[in-house]
Amino acid sequence: MDALAMGNYGPYVWSCFALTLIVVVVSDWRSRVRHNQVYRDIEVRIKALEERQ
Amino acid sequence: MWKFFHKLTSPPHFYRLGATLIPWLAIPGLVLIAYGTYAGLFLASVDYQQGDAFRIIYVHVPAAYLSMLAYAFMAFGGGIGLIWRMKLAHAVAAAAAPLGAAFTFLALVTGAIWGRPMWGTWWEWGDPRLTSELILLFLYFGYMALRSSIDDTAKADKASAVLALVGVVNVVIVHYSVEWWSSLHQGQTLFKEGGPAMDADMLYPLLAMILGFTLIFGALLSRRIRTEVLYRERRTRWVRELVLSPEGGK
Repeated sequence: MDALAMGNYGPYVWSCFALTLIVVVVSDWRSRVRHNQVYRDIEVRIKALEERQ
Repeated sequence: MWKFFHKLTSPPHFYRLGATLIPWLAIPGLVLIAYGTYAGLFLASVDYQQGDAFRIIYVHVPAAYLSMLAYAFMAFGGGIGLIWRMKLAHAVAAAAAPLGAAFTFLALVTGAIWGRPMWGTWWEWGDPRLTSELILLFLYFGYMALRSSIDDTAKADKASAVLALVGVVNVVIVHYSVEWWSSLHQGQTLFKEGGPAMDADMLYPLLAMILGFTLIFGALLSRRIRTEVLYRERRTRWVRELVLSPEGGK
């Protein structure tokens, strides 16, 4: 429990670490989503073109 | 040497290299962050002035350092793109901006949370370090808004590169503000004359966190550059071949 309390600075310390985790996870998730979206759009366009030919 | 550099900066080559690079950056990065977090939170001694609140340093310093490193990538990429018209350089600049904004936001918020128990305030408008870091966040927002407001990618690259280069002055101000002016913010900790002003049990976790976050930043940046390259090259033959290949090319 002492480790969690952090000498009464627990809310400050833990909120900073939690926020850091959130920012890194969201950055990773957003970059994956954007990459998949761009790839899928290109794939759909190219396959449509191929079918037309 | 020139041939190697030319090959490295060719979009199809970087697209494939980036896919290989990401796990090699991300896995050691996560290991270092896991060590740094554990050692920083539970093994490092308590600071004699700040108590356990000093442990915020293990996320605040890497975030602040990356907020400036991302800007350096943005300005360097923009500059190289403007001078040598290198396609990949503009893609690097565009990819670095959202990450830079995220880490600047993180540095500002963790700094404010740290400031509350230490300075008695979340924010001080007159403080040069705090204000210049906030201006850095606005520069990232301005850069991204400028890019998205111009439909023509080549024009957006040029205009945003000029903005990125002009904004470099602010990065220098952020870095030296604690030396040039009187500030609530503490001075240099790591790059002090006579060596770092920390005990080894506090210092090693911090170095691990800085290196770990830099590697994670490298992995995130590589993925964003790959996306940017894919989008910019969407009408080229290599992207068509990549998408139509049986194994795909995500």
